[in-house]
Amino acid sequence: MPKANVTFEDIGITVTVPAGTRLIEVSEKVGAGILYGCREGECGTCMTRIVQGAANLAEPSVLEDRVLKDNLAGRDIRLACQAQVLGGEIVVRPA
Amino acid sequence: MALADTRPPVAVPVADGVHWIGALDPGLRQFDIILRTANGTSYNAYCVRGRDGVAVIDTVKENYADTFFARLESVARYDEIRAIVLNHLEPDHSGALPELMARAPQATLHISARAQATLKGVLRGEEELSRVRITTGEQASVSLGDRQLAFLQTPYLHWPDTQCTWLPDACLLFSGDVFGCHFCDARLFNDRVGDFRFSFDYYYQHIMRPFREHVLNALELIEPLAPALIAPAHGPILREAPCDYVRRYRQLAAPLLHNEAATSEKTLLVFYVSAYGATERMAQALRDGAETVEGVRVSLYDLAGGEVAPFVDLIEEADGLVFGSPTVNGDAVKPVWDLLSSLTLVNVKGKLGAAFGSYGWSGEAVGLIEDRLRGLKLRVPAAGPRARLKPTDEELRACRDFGRDLSLHLTGRIEKRIIDMAALG
Repeated sequence: MPKANVTFEDIGITVTVPAGTRLIEVSEKVGAGILYGCREGECGTCMTRIVQGAANLAEPSVLEDRVLKDNLAGRDIRLACQAQVLGGEIVVRPA
Repeated sequence: MALADTRPPVAVPVADGVHWIGALDPGLRQFDIILRTANGTSYNAYCVRGRDGVAVIDTVKENYADTFFARLESVARYDEIRAIVLNHLEPDHSGALPELMARAPQATLHISARAQATLKGVLRGEEELSRVRITTGEQASVSLGDRQLAFLQTPYLHWPDTQCTWLPDACLLFSGDVFGCHFCDARLFNDRVGDFRFSFDYYYQHIMRPFREHVLNALELIEPLAPALIAPAHGPILREAPCDYVRRYRQLAAPLLHNEAATSEKTLLVFYVSAYGATERMAQALRDGAETVEGVRVSLYDLAGGEVAPFVDLIEEADGLVFGSPTVNGDAVKPVWDLLSSLTLVNVKGKLGAAFGSYGWSGEAVGLIEDRLRGLKLRVPAAGPRARLKPTDEELRACRDFGRDLSLHLTGRIEKRIIDMAALG
């Protein structure tokens, strides 16, 4: 199975994860500072800044796009509960 | 003593073609749960008349709408209203907005971009939402014919949506909550009302202080304007020496204490509470380890011997915070929560955070504190050490190592860790 390396800048930890993993699943396990609320892509609490490797995440769904737009999020912001890793290197930190 | 509003509800002249059309709430003793209001408060709204029409700036709390509309009607007809400006959409300012939009269906609504999401919780109708104008770019001002209103983007004072409105020909700043305070006095103007200086400072400390960086950004916009009159959304209208109040904000936004540490040095504060000395020994070991790293000033405080407020002042300036607590009945102890619950008064986002503690049975305190620190948006790089009752030499060594690692994190010298998710279970 393809793997990806996700680095959480706020705590200085890189985690090797299987492709398809959502950022929030990893963040929660290592105790990174990404907060979450609904975990269903609606509340916007888990907005996360993608510092590097945005192309290594699956494209946002229509729902995620709408929530990001409603929250006036910049282009480097994703919802950790929705964003799935595809492979390669990804660096993130809490927005 | 607050003066009761015994006058009929008519508008009060503030400047040429500008009237106060707000409401007085002298009996209020607590605002938004967090603020004590010994003198009540006022909900200030204003009406600006130009050659081609009228602008209404802010409204009032919903249950004061009748007073607001009566004052408005004393100086303007609804069909004259061209623009409604909401500098901030919290209910105490937007309470009469839906009704005002209905009574003045030709008027456009001028709000900041950030206010759009909140507005959907205030106005429900598509038609009303179609009248919204966002106050940036080409819409950063609105004309009333012979006079203009210009909008200043001052976000996070104290909500993301906040803006100020500037009336250049009168050198008048409608400042929203900025420069406001909860002080109700029917005499309205700062040179007429009772002494409200304590309310002004108190309001800043509880409402604006967590957003100090944004206050400084806003002052960069406001100071060059040198307003001749400041009309805030709460409290006295500042017509006598208004720039003194701008300068007071500059003073209040300055750090409270000068930190003697070199600017290149990081500061780590270790707070603890200890029942039998075990958590204290862990705190001392953590401090000793943290001090082995050059470039970090480490300070140790027993929470049982201090007041919350000075610790909050220290925390505002610190780079890293560590909390040590025993576990009592499955929880961290009250002095720790008292301090943690006071940190909403200052900006702690992005600071380093950690916890540790001794316990007898279960030891939940450390995890609970770490969760709280994450909730406050601190970065919590590692799970903190715990020890059952008296810490062993090995456990104290772990505390020293933990302290050293925290200092290495603070100075950016920590070795990066790579782990496999499968190993996390």
